[in-house]
Amino acid sequence: MAKKALVKEGTYFDSVSLMSISKDIKALDGINEATIVMGTDANKEILKNANLLLPEAEAAKPNDLVIVIDGQKEVLDKTIDETNQMLADKKASSDEEKEYSPGSLDGALDLQPDSNLVIISVPGEYAAREAKKALKRGLHVMLFSDNVPVENEIELKKMAAEKNLLLMGPDCGTAIVNGAPLAFANVVSRGPVGIVAASGTGAQAVSSLVDRQGVGLTQVIGTGGRDLKSRVKGIEMIKDMKALENDEETEIIVLVSKPPAKEVSKKIMDEVKKLKKPVIVNFLGGDSAVVKGTDAIWADTLEDAALKAAAFIKGEDEVSSASLKDEEIAEIAEKETKKMASSQKYLRGLYTGGTLCSEAVILLTEENEDVYSNTSLKDEFALKEDLKSIKNTVIDLGEDEFTKGKPHPMIEPSLRNERMAEETEDKEVAVILLDVVLGYGSHMDPAGEAAKAIKEAKTKAADRGAYLSVIASVCGTEKDPQNLHVQEEKLREVGAKVLPTNVQAVRVVNKILSDLN
Amino acid sequence: MTKKLEDLFKEELNVINIGLESFAENLKDEGYNAVQVDWKPAAGGDKEMAGLLDEIENISDKIEAANEKAVEKIQKSEPIVIDVQTAKDALPDFSDKMILHAAPPEKWEDMSGPMQGAAIGACIYEGWAENEKEARKMLDDGQVTFDAAHHHNAVGPMTGIVSPSMPVWVVENKTYGNKAFTTLNEGLGKVLRFGANGPDVIKKLKWMEKSLAPALREALSKTDGINLKNITSQALHMGDEVHNRNKAATALFIREITPFLLETNYTNKEIKEIIKFMAGNEHFYLNLSMPASKATMDAAHGIEYSTVLTAMARNGVRFGIRISGLGDRWFVGEAQIVDGLYFPGYTEEDACPDLGDSTISETAAVGGFAMAAAPAIVGFVGGTVADSIRFTKDMYEITVDENDNFTIPPLNFRGTPTGIDLLKIIETGILPAINTGIAHKEPGIGQIGAGLVDPPEECFKSAIRAFAQKYIK
Repeated sequence: MAKKALVKEGTYFDSVSLMSISKDIKALDGINEATIVMGTDANKEILKNANLLLPEAEAAKPNDLVIVIDGQKEVLDKTIDETNQMLADKKASSDEEKEYSPGSLDGALDLQPDSNLVIISVPGEYAAREAKKALKRGLHVMLFSDNVPVENEIELKKMAAEKNLLLMGPDCGTAIVNGAPLAFANVVSRGPVGIVAASGTGAQAVSSLVDRQGVGLTQVIGTGGRDLKSRVKGIEMIKDMKALENDEETEIIVLVSKPPAKEVSKKIMDEVKKLKKPVIVNFLGGDSAVVKGTDAIWADTLEDAALKAAAFIKGEDEVSSASLKDEEIAEIAEKETKKMASSQKYLRGLYTGGTLCSEAVILLTEENEDVYSNTSLKDEFALKEDLKSIKNTVIDLGEDEFTKGKPHPMIEPSLRNERMAEETEDKEVAVILLDVVLGYGSHMDPAGEAAKAIKEAKTKAADRGAYLSVIASVCGTEKDPQNLHVQEEKLREVGAKVLPTNVQAVRVVNKILSDLN
Repeated sequence: MTKKLEDLFKEELNVINIGLESFAENLKDEGYNAVQVDWKPAAGGDKEMAGLLDEIENISDKIEAANEKAVEKIQKSEPIVIDVQTAKDALPDFSDKMILHAAPPEKWEDMSGPMQGAAIGACIYEGWAENEKEARKMLDDGQVTFDAAHHHNAVGPMTGIVSPSMPVWVVENKTYGNKAFTTLNEGLGKVLRFGANGPDVIKKLKWMEKSLAPALREALSKTDGINLKNITSQALHMGDEVHNRNKAATALFIREITPFLLETNYTNKEIKEIIKFMAGNEHFYLNLSMPASKATMDAAHGIEYSTVLTAMARNGVRFGIRISGLGDRWFVGEAQIVDGLYFPGYTEEDACPDLGDSTISETAAVGGFAMAAAPAIVGFVGGTVADSIRFTKDMYEITVDENDNFTIPPLNFRGTPTGIDLLKIIETGILPAINTGIAHKEPGIGQIGAGLVDPPEECFKSAIRAFAQKYIK
């Protein structure tokens, strides 16, 4: 084995393109590792940790493209050539017959003077600067980038508040503005429900469930995950819910977040009191007592929030739930459980959507004592450094410890497939619980990818006389480019039980686990 | 009235996408408007530069106002050629035994080959030396004073050599009253501006001094001056960009001057020779377009807080720029080798690094910045018309405004990119586009090709440091 590096000065590619090319190169014969990154300090650190920081790479500047290949000596040169070719093809395909792409925000404004919103997804260290420029020019901002320092976030949000502009994010993965799906978003109908959400998959789950109830959305505004923490103090959520209050089209406002910091929670609820429109509050895993003394309606889960909003619009008293009856849940669980071997007793939840994972952990913990997770708030149920599963474990594969230097599993679900294969080796595993998230931004066939792993896992279990139960739910709509129905069918075809929502899927798992004990 | 946030919900959504391209593509798939930015880290990821830009941003109001003022002066300038005079009479502070050259200022011993060759030629032409050997000796001994032509309101192509007896065009900026000067263009091949200094070269220069210049002077005296801004505007619609292509502008100038030449006391034979000389030199107008640009840019120089470039110049060793708000200092970097097309028999090995004051054209919104107007010379910029259009479009990103007078037919008569902004260069990492001739590195051989060259980043970086030092307390 040998290593070779090539630095291409002043050549910029976005990280997603580079990762996809890296992946293709890595798959070539004789190649152990292939890393193609921009020469930033952070990337050099990653190279260093992977023992790939060759001197050429070390000397690279942030604007330089760095290619490092580790593999059999005789194929290295050929592989470098091939990499160059792929990069050239990529450039050519993006240059082809395309209109002129300006190199700066101002250049873009020249081209489209009536622009009103900027999506920023450049690396975090550069993102705040671009956001500030956009705000200065009176443009609303969706800041998709993460790793933006909290000081910058506060400064930007204050600036945006002064100028009556949106500053969604940082780390805002999902928004729907005037019907347009921004970044990771489902295709939903327009209608009277407005959402302000601090989490991306939370917003996706609620908006697509509202749509599936035949009700539409005005706006889905993301605040970024830190907005309701004590430092940022909910600047964005407060401003955005006021905007929805003043928006003539919005009839009901849904707030979605993890439980805010205590003083922030009070501040938010004080503002909620001032609103005339009905408000549904879903602080996932929080205390319903926060709505006391207000007219706000509490929702336990994402599903609950969506159904209550839809029921309000439809003028229904009862929440005509997408929920299944207890008997139906029991029936599904029983069919699964009876095929299992006696050694099988544990759950492994493998999530790509962070908020869906949190929702699952909360509901599982209500009925089971030992649910471990990499997102667990309690130290005793946190996973160890090796991230190995313990008893009942639910993993958010989108967390930093899994995604460093890799695409998010919603974009590239293969990471989960590897993990599923690993989990299946464990004879004590009875159930795999998973989510599939559709919409723009996501992989074009996430269920198809998952189905490959499910099929293998089930076969492997069957080979040793066991039965592996796979319980899944798909977050999305029929209008999504992947199509909800098609995706659900792909999972059913390989024997997964597909429930209409994450909450229902967890109910089935809870029943299975209790039946097994 | 300030806008309310909720007003957005009633507007048509028009997105600018900086980063992952798929976000823009998805929006377009759903029928929304989205413009993708071809993003690079500000200042190419250079933290020091990005930091300086952030600091400077705090006084952006003053800078914007100053740059608008600078650009207004560029737009309103009206360069007119009014006379041909002898350099020593016309140029300010031009003493005997002085030779001017393309900026930035350089010592004799550090000069590039062609520049030394041209200086030697000038010594012979002036009669200070009999031959090359004598000339070299007096130059080595420091008997001749050198200075940048720019310091005397003059500019010159390639080596830019001006000596006291040479005739120069006198171009007046009618709006602001300042003047600029450039020698008369000698034509292509073995010429002084490329460092050639043989007997033929000197003989031609003498003819220009004794015959061409007086005739042109007399002809011009019968005019109210010839408006160069008008000629340049028209030439841009005829395929010139008046730096590397001057065919149309030269023809237009001949059309303007001929009737007045015919009014002079010169014989038909003499006039024929003069017209033949001008018509036989496709770059005759370059030496008018350059002082026109210089007269324009000098008017925009010296505005406090302005970050507009008022000069770019190369002397074959170093590349220098001047900034309107930073006085007369040159900010320099190493002159680069031109990436270009070579005449048969020559390669990059033979090339002298970037050379000449002619990049005054680009600061004045023509030349490389008007490349999209000149499809005939796209060979220099990548080979296709699309390349030349992209070339010009890029320049809109680093300029303050679009020109009111110089317009580009293939871009729906959009004005050329006007007023190069130092801050935008650093911010976007887009360097000013320069297309230029290539001189042989040895004196006396002449032009060996033409092509594209990047200015060195360093000169912009040191200018920005100086700007921050001067204006950020």
